[in-house]
Amino acid sequence: MATNSGLLAHQFDDLEQQRDTELLSMWLFLATELLIFGGLFTGYAAYRYAYPNDFEAASRHLNVLIGAINTIVLLSSSLTMALAVHATHKNRQNMLVACLALTALLGTVFMILKGFEYYIDYREDLVPWTSHFRAEEWINPGQIALFLLFYYVMTGLHAIHLTVGIGLMLWLTIQARRGRYSPEHYIPVEVIGLYWHFVDIVWIFLLPLLYLIGTHSPGDLHF
Amino acid sequence: MFAAVPLFPEQASTHAGRVDSLFFFIVAITAAVSLLVTVLIITFAVRYRRRPNNNYDPHIQGSMKLELFWTITPFFFFMVMFVWGARVYFAVAESPIDAMEVYVVGKQWMWKMQHQTGQREINVLHVPVGQAVKLTLTSEDVIHDFFVPDFRIKLDVLPGRYMHTWFQATKVGTYDLYCSQYCGTNHAGMIGKVVVMEKAQFDGWLSSQAEGSLALQGRKLFLKYQCITCHSADSQARAPVLEGLFGRMVALEDGKTVVANEDYIRESIYKPRAKIVFGWRPIMPSFEGQIDEQEMIELIAFIKALRPGETPVRNEESTPPAVDPTSEEVTRPKP
Amino acid sequence: MSTVLEQEPQAVPPAPESRRNYLNAAFGVKSWLLTTDHKRIAILYLASVTFMFFLGGAAATLIRLNLMTPQGDLVTADTYNKLFTMHGVIMVWFFLVPVIPNVLGNFFLPMMIGARDLALPKINLASWYVFMAGAAFTLWAILAGGVDTGWTFYTPFSSKSSHTNVIPTLIGIVISGFSSIFTGLNFVVTVHRMRAPGMTWGRLPLFIWSLYATSVILLLATPVLAIALTLVMVERFFQIGIFDPALGGDPLLFQHLFWFYSHPVVYVMVLPGMGIVSEIITCYSRKTIFGYQFVALASIAIAVLGFLVWAHHMFVAGQSVYSAMIFSALSYAVAIPSAIKVFNWTATLYKGSISLQTPMLFALGFIALFTIGGVTGLMLAALGVDMHVHDTYFIIAHFHFIMVGGSVMAYMGGLHYWWPKMTGRLYPEGWAKVAAMLIFFGFILTFLPQFVLGYLGMPRRYHAYPPKYQVLNAMSSAGASILAVGYLFPFTYLLWSLGYGKRSGPNPWKATGLEWQTPSPPPTDNFETTPIVTTGPYNYLQQALTDVEENEIGDQLRAPGPPV
Repeated sequence: MATNSGLLAHQFDDLEQQRDTELLSMWLFLATELLIFGGLFTGYAAYRYAYPNDFEAASRHLNVLIGAINTIVLLSSSLTMALAVHATHKNRQNMLVACLALTALLGTVFMILKGFEYYIDYREDLVPWTSHFRAEEWINPGQIALFLLFYYVMTGLHAIHLTVGIGLMLWLTIQARRGRYSPEHYIPVEVIGLYWHFVDIVWIFLLPLLYLIGTHSPGDLHF
Repeated sequence: MFAAVPLFPEQASTHAGRVDSLFFFIVAITAAVSLLVTVLIITFAVRYRRRPNNNYDPHIQGSMKLELFWTITPFFFFMVMFVWGARVYFAVAESPIDAMEVYVVGKQWMWKMQHQTGQREINVLHVPVGQAVKLTLTSEDVIHDFFVPDFRIKLDVLPGRYMHTWFQATKVGTYDLYCSQYCGTNHAGMIGKVVVMEKAQFDGWLSSQAEGSLALQGRKLFLKYQCITCHSADSQARAPVLEGLFGRMVALEDGKTVVANEDYIRESIYKPRAKIVFGWRPIMPSFEGQIDEQEMIELIAFIKALRPGETPVRNEESTPPAVDPTSEEVTRPKP
Repeated sequence: MSTVLEQEPQAVPPAPESRRNYLNAAFGVKSWLLTTDHKRIAILYLASVTFMFFLGGAAATLIRLNLMTPQGDLVTADTYNKLFTMHGVIMVWFFLVPVIPNVLGNFFLPMMIGARDLALPKINLASWYVFMAGAAFTLWAILAGGVDTGWTFYTPFSSKSSHTNVIPTLIGIVISGFSSIFTGLNFVVTVHRMRAPGMTWGRLPLFIWSLYATSVILLLATPVLAIALTLVMVERFFQIGIFDPALGGDPLLFQHLFWFYSHPVVYVMVLPGMGIVSEIITCYSRKTIFGYQFVALASIAIAVLGFLVWAHHMFVAGQSVYSAMIFSALSYAVAIPSAIKVFNWTATLYKGSISLQTPMLFALGFIALFTIGGVTGLMLAALGVDMHVHDTYFIIAHFHFIMVGGSVMAYMGGLHYWWPKMTGRLYPEGWAKVAAMLIFFGFILTFLPQFVLGYLGMPRRYHAYPPKYQVLNAMSSAGASILAVGYLFPFTYLLWSLGYGKRSGPNPWKATGLEWQTPSPPPTDNFETTPIVTTGPYNYLQQALTDVEENEIGDQLRAPGPPV
């Protein structure tokens, strides 16, 4: 078989075929992820169209400040991820490890802020299926609950994906510290990078759809 | 024994014959083609079976002409089937204006019918022959389906929504009514009968069941639930006039307009804040949990029938219902 | 020693014990449970889906037994409702969706394109474990009390009203969906990147084209099912009204999300079977397929159009008449590529050299029964007719003609066709022909009366019915018993053949195709050296010319001329 320094799996004829395969696999997997979130977006769109006022009213109670900070955090993490891929191609090992670690760190910051935001939502009685929700305070509590349900399910699913991403990022960091990645062996970084960027893009859609459909005043910005 | 085995349903409505004609047309075309294909397969399998001198010709790869032929020809037939099918379907979507109205409520596991004139039935529906009947249907719980095979009509029955269809029976007799959307344990038991009678006999049946029309029942509820207190159509009215409302366009406070149909009335009674009429304050309380589906149908019938000048007179001694405590706020205050 | 006249598949003397193949490459449970060899994984799937098939079949047996009498009191109403739910859930998700792709597809897709394995062997093994996990959840839900919502899980019954194990069942189905996604991903990537030199897209066997189209559907449709079912679970668990009108939700939204997956999935269930039929018809007519490009592209067209017709399951559900019209028109469009395939298969038989071995019997049976199922689909696409027969036994007959008369027959055909390659053994032809006849005629007796029942008006999912429907129901149940016996035949003789069947050489059917160029059973890496492909598939012309030269049969063949 071709010289491959142990990288070539037995079903492939050469490294180029293997790399192409792994990249195509990740793109196809992301297509399926697009459809999972797509299903949720469709349900959200249907109800937003049916109940625009209630959705707007509920959206105004979401924490736009944390949402905005989290967006900056996640966008920055995509930057560090892209830099990590770049570093791999340029064989700059220290930069690679730093960028991967930073990406993981930024992802974790997002999760912490998200958790804190969920806690605030809980304290503000925005959790419909618990006692922390005052139905009598709303015109149409059912519709508000519907919005909040979509908010939790969509951001929750996103958070699960991000957690998986952080796990992969940590694994990548450990492997990178052992010097596993190089201009010859870069596919894992690229492939996981693709996943990370996808998770980021989903957030870019979630933010305006969930947080920004109503007008917000300075009084909305609070912890 | 076999004489009693039916193989085809009766044609007992004006619609049935149309459905059957369409069906037979499609059967004829498809049976002809299927038969052709079957005959060809059998013929080829026999004629070209593996033996010497069987005209075996492995050169054949295809024929653009044939491909185009058997792509385009089916396409044309399919378009005929589609157009014909759509026309038959449209025919039951809008009922004739002079249709007699019947309200149907499905619930696990029974059908409740209410005639315009107030008669109620359970699992049986009496109708006169030769008269268009418009059905307005809803469900109290899960999705059911109102199916009368001999009329060839079928419609899902949804909770929270009114569905409409219509039929005109052409033959006196008794016909099966089935629920045909799975709805739980006794789905197979949610069956009934449609009894089609001569007009005279039907009128006789009606009068023997006299109860007071649906609209009359609704008027009693209108007073009982004290709707009259605000919807009094006089100078002290705190709510819009309901006379002649049904079927009209209503302007809402957010600039949209909506047609005042059964769904709108139902929503206005259960969720009055969902749509606020332009120029009025949102003070109507919700009657969710107080008014059930049958009473709702009676109220709707009343409002449908309400002509100018027919609003009851407000009794000065009745106290208004408690005003909703959140009437001054649209949402709760910010922290 | 090969002649065009030969009817019997070649048997060979027992091979030397030392010849290594994928079966004896390693022994022990671990070597099977941790394998990444696509052929072993196919065998693992074969065992699992066969088990699930007989479980779903047991439910069907009880259903048909209960329906022998109008009172339907063999089992209680609740039990009956659980039985038809179990039958649907198991047969759809744990048999029909995985069977051909994960058994025959796993085994033969790499071989037919000249690859050593699939692109992602570990993902392949993972898909089997995920499948088993989903099956375990679902089976536990069924055995620990059952579920009675029907395989369609319509809300609000499933989210609010049913008192059965809805959530565990849904979890099991969602998990098994990931198995579908892994498989689809693997196949698409493999077809794109792992073809042998010279194997262009235009030279792919039609089984591969159909698996490719199937895989695209699996990738894009399954995630939507996951969301639809997850939302039902959330609604049921948290009592929040996503689909509950009392809380502002819309039950039709569930139906849209559900059918957006569940219509394409019926093409997942039938496309691979169509691919098998193409393989078999060509081999047993010893001719190339008539209209290769048309058949190949028809698979893609079916996959694409199949995504656009979902609401034809909802014509009476409460959508607008205009919406219904659009879906009706599109449903007619999706019928055209299927019709094209049927005509092309028939034309392939013309001037062929036809041998009616068991695989061919199953393939021809597929064409007949799929055609009947398909044309009844044309009736359903007509809005006026569907209104009458929706949710009746007409629908049940329609989809069983396609799924059982179609897909299962095709699977039987493919299983028999490729059995010598997979196992190195020939099945007993005589018994197999008997089984094919039992299955074919048993099937017709079971399901043809159901068309009549449906038009008469007997609704589906009824455990009891008016007495006037009894004769037709009894006919159907009688047919079901014949069908059941028919299925037991191959189960028995195929197992028997593993120990006692005649051994098979590399190419008992003298078929073209790369999978026949290796020993039976194949070695672990499939090919000694990577094959180089120089012709299209089904090059029986070449084979026939070779046969003529070898046997001096004379001018059986016309002189080469332009294609018809």
